[in-house]
Amino acid sequence: MRKPKLAVWKFSSCDGCQLSLLDCEDELLAVAGAVDIAYFLEATRARLRGPYDLSLVEGSITTPEEAERIRKVRSQSRFLVTIGACATSGGIQALRNFADVDAFARAVYAHPEYLDTLATATAIQDHVPVDFELRGCPVNKHQLLEVVNATLNGRRPNIPDHSQCVECKRHGTVCVLVAHGTPCLGPVTQAGCGNLCPACSRGCYGCFGPKEAPNTAALSAKLGAEGLGGRAIGHLYSTFNANAPAFREESQKHE
Amino acid sequence: MSERSGTRTIKVDALARVEGEGALYLRVKDGAIRDLKFRIFEPPRFFEALLAGRGYAEAPDITARICGICPVAYILSSSHAMEQALGIRVTGPLRDLRRLLYCGEWIESHVLHAAMLHAPDFLGLDDALQIAERDPQLVRTALRLKKLGNEILEVVGGRAVHPVNTRVGGFYRAPGRARVRALASELEWALEASTTLLRAFAGFDFPDYTHDYTCVSLRHPDEYAITEGRLVSNRGMDIAIDTFLDHFGEEHVAHSNALHGYLGAGEPYLVGPIARYNNNFDQLTPLAQGAAREAGLGPVVNNPYQSLLVRLVETLYACEEALRLVRAYEEPDASCVEAAPRAGVGHGCTEAPRGICYHRYALDETGHILEARIIPPTSQNQKQIEDDLRGVVAQNLALPDEQLKLRCEQTIRNYDPCISCATHFLELTVDRE
Repeated sequence: MRKPKLAVWKFSSCDGCQLSLLDCEDELLAVAGAVDIAYFLEATRARLRGPYDLSLVEGSITTPEEAERIRKVRSQSRFLVTIGACATSGGIQALRNFADVDAFARAVYAHPEYLDTLATATAIQDHVPVDFELRGCPVNKHQLLEVVNATLNGRRPNIPDHSQCVECKRHGTVCVLVAHGTPCLGPVTQAGCGNLCPACSRGCYGCFGPKEAPNTAALSAKLGAEGLGGRAIGHLYSTFNANAPAFREESQKHE
Repeated sequence: MSERSGTRTIKVDALARVEGEGALYLRVKDGAIRDLKFRIFEPPRFFEALLAGRGYAEAPDITARICGICPVAYILSSSHAMEQALGIRVTGPLRDLRRLLYCGEWIESHVLHAAMLHAPDFLGLDDALQIAERDPQLVRTALRLKKLGNEILEVVGGRAVHPVNTRVGGFYRAPGRARVRALASELEWALEASTTLLRAFAGFDFPDYTHDYTCVSLRHPDEYAITEGRLVSNRGMDIAIDTFLDHFGEEHVAHSNALHGYLGAGEPYLVGPIARYNNNFDQLTPLAQGAAREAGLGPVVNNPYQSLLVRLVETLYACEEALRLVRAYEEPDASCVEAAPRAGVGHGCTEAPRGICYHRYALDETGHILEARIIPPTSQNQKQIEDDLRGVVAQNLALPDEQLKLRCEQTIRNYDPCISCATHFLELTVDRE
């Protein structure tokens, strides 16, 4: 039986999500035995030609070249799965979408004329059809393995889409928002990290982006009642998933 | 590849086994280098600009996203800068805990690079999986060691990539004594394991190339510098990190994608494992010094390919240091030092696995960022990488194209260039005359 071909592609990102694949130390050799790693520049010089059975895509689209390249990747891929907040919502660099990108360029570079960049950082699904989106900044490596396994075996990945609050209840973590008044995005954020921040007595800061149909207005009202100012509430929604529609719309109410 | 009358053009369009994206263009005519450009083509992400107006407490988590491989470098450089601006200092057990966290990052990053990204160059292989076919035990040892680095990051920082438990002033929650102490037995194994890897790699055939580098690193009076110190060089420089911008510059050149760091009047300099080792060898432990000697290294290393071995010496040191810190760990009374917002300027500089990572922030009276400046290690090494490539190519013009190309790649990988890290990037068009 032919081994499925796996490819890993990078766009504008920090490399942390593809690193999560290399961080599966216990499973790496088994995964490498089960698939042909056809293209994964962070790990290997070897490059096999497409088409690919599964392409994992990290990063957002921020340049004209990337907008063109993602279409080529899509045409070469049977399944295309996006991994991480950059690929699923544009990432932290999508903060440029709400600013004057030329001013950003002038602030950082002596010669903005050398730059060839788009005014926005956008999710992969804004450019090509995507078969599955895996959330997280970074992705959870166990979820990543589940998605690879499910996709290559022709089943739907078992990735929960409930809120972070469900995780806290499951872990028996005391609610940091109710008990301590700590600002927390848990009620409106999709679970997936494994209850990390509240377990450190910290509020969730939304790595996994909005859950389905989040009640952001109710959360913002609660945050306001706890004494958080409008600017701070806006900033809370506009970090690693700033361009996810539910977070974008809510943060703009608190400009 | 093209062969024309006496002109050879070599292009490496997408460099493998580095974190991020880089490329190299080389034109040789009549036995002389006419053009050589090491290009980085990561798109700009404008971190310094998007930090403006954000609260001081947000900088560590936001700047961590510059690099998924060395987030602790960004978290701690920015935290230190903010602490200086706010007039607080993190000392004692909390400082120790930060050093332990950083040891975890050194271990995972150094082992990833040495065993999985760089070693294949010396074996003529494409990747670590091919090494595993020949010597599965060696690769399993490397993976277990890398996993230990990640485990330290998880225990202390809450997550391996982009830790969540760190903050300006220290930590959100001090890790429990039992969990930290439980790292000891694996760290004891790691001393043996890193020595084993060092021995295995010491037998590699290192290309015969040396250079008298200007080595820039931190130096601390009491310890092998990781989290703080003064900036020193082997040419006699010794300055406070606050004066970094008076001595170092960055230029925006059309032919490359990251801003190029330079020293003084524009000379290249080296940061990272070799620079630290050459400047601070006397502060390594007897065990690490002995392992270095056994691997054939003197107290000064001038062969850039031997950075592979220096990384493993530093890994051994980081395991030893982590073991010392783990055995001594008691839960601190408070998990952080509180600070009140105020106007101010702060600088932070720490030793990322790849070299010094410098941050400067100016805050307004409400603690919001007015201005951010970040100078990552890979921008600083760029000029030196190009310099090395010129030297290596000139020495190896007789090699056939494919071999020369491999040698060039290996030379770039000496630096473990974290290309996502070189925050200043541009996609550009090269003029080909």
